[in-house]
Amino acid sequence: MRPLRILAVVAALLWVCAAVARVEVHDFDSPEQEGRYNKLIAELRCLVCQNQNLADSNAELAVDLRRKTYEMVKQDKSEKEIASYMVERYGEFVLYRPPLNTNTLLLWTGPFIILVIGVSLLIRTIRRRRAEQPTGVDDASLKAAASWLDTDRDKRDA
Amino acid sequence: MNRAIIPLAIFLALAGLFWFVLGKMNEGEYNPREVPTQFIGRSAPEFALPDLFDPSRTVRTADMAGQVWLLNVWGTWCPECWKEHDYLLHLARREGVPIIGINWRDDAAEAKAMLARLGNPFQMIGFDPNSNAVIDWGVYGAPETFLIDAAGVVRAKHTGAMNPQVWQEKFQAYFAATGSTT
Repeated sequence: MRPLRILAVVAALLWVCAAVARVEVHDFDSPEQEGRYNKLIAELRCLVCQNQNLADSNAELAVDLRRKTYEMVKQDKSEKEIASYMVERYGEFVLYRPPLNTNTLLLWTGPFIILVIGVSLLIRTIRRRRAEQPTGVDDASLKAAASWLDTDRDKRDA
Repeated sequence: MNRAIIPLAIFLALAGLFWFVLGKMNEGEYNPREVPTQFIGRSAPEFALPDLFDPSRTVRTADMAGQVWLLNVWGTWCPECWKEHDYLLHLARREGVPIIGINWRDDAAEAKAMLARLGNPFQMIGFDPNSNAVIDWGVYGAPETFLIDAAGVVRAKHTGAMNPQVWQEKFQAYFAATGSTT
């Protein structure tokens, strides 16, 4: 009986935590709207704590931007319309996935360029090391080794 | 010998770079968190907010049409706003600069108390507890100051406390050109 009671208390406490964590409760007209809202707040950047998205941030501006997003979703604005509303005001920085254009070309291709440079450097280094390292065995020794091996085989076969 | 020097050189180069950037940040010349405003050269967004002192009145962008004016977003919770307050008073009283305030996410009573204590540099103050106008202006911190010209176009913006240096660099020219300071 006692472990059960403890379990019940723990469960109740966890439930309270969950209830506190969920600060904003929104009603949506459809699951599709809710999905759009959740996607948007995951992909829009909080301008105050700049390495968090709106969903994660509890900065006051993030709370208000979430509310704004919610209102626009409720008005059945499309994902694109809401994103461009934010970009018009805060610039492309507000998008966690910036569009590919001349400004962001280096941002998108940079990692791949670095990867290519890294791999080619690695290959060059490996090749050079290989060329530099002589085996240190001359032909005479190799022949001797081969003949010993042959002798061994002869013995085994015999 | 040669090999040992390469990492050391890289380390020294990085240390030098960090030193340089930190110096620029301390002098306020470089702010890595700055989000460049999208409004320079665009017409100023409309806002309509209740007046802080008389909520039955509305403060609007349109009220200032035909003038060169400043829009200053502030709150009593913002330390930099306290810092710039004296200079805003100087601009309003000595230079005759029209300043409209947006009191952002603040307590109306506290905002009024601060102005009563330090003086009020604002011609009008819109009260914006829910960031309605603030989001429309792309504001992300306080204080932020915009300059709007007589045609209603945003010409300059500064994030952070206003001071004589920033004023001279970014703002003063617009008032000298139109002569609306007098």
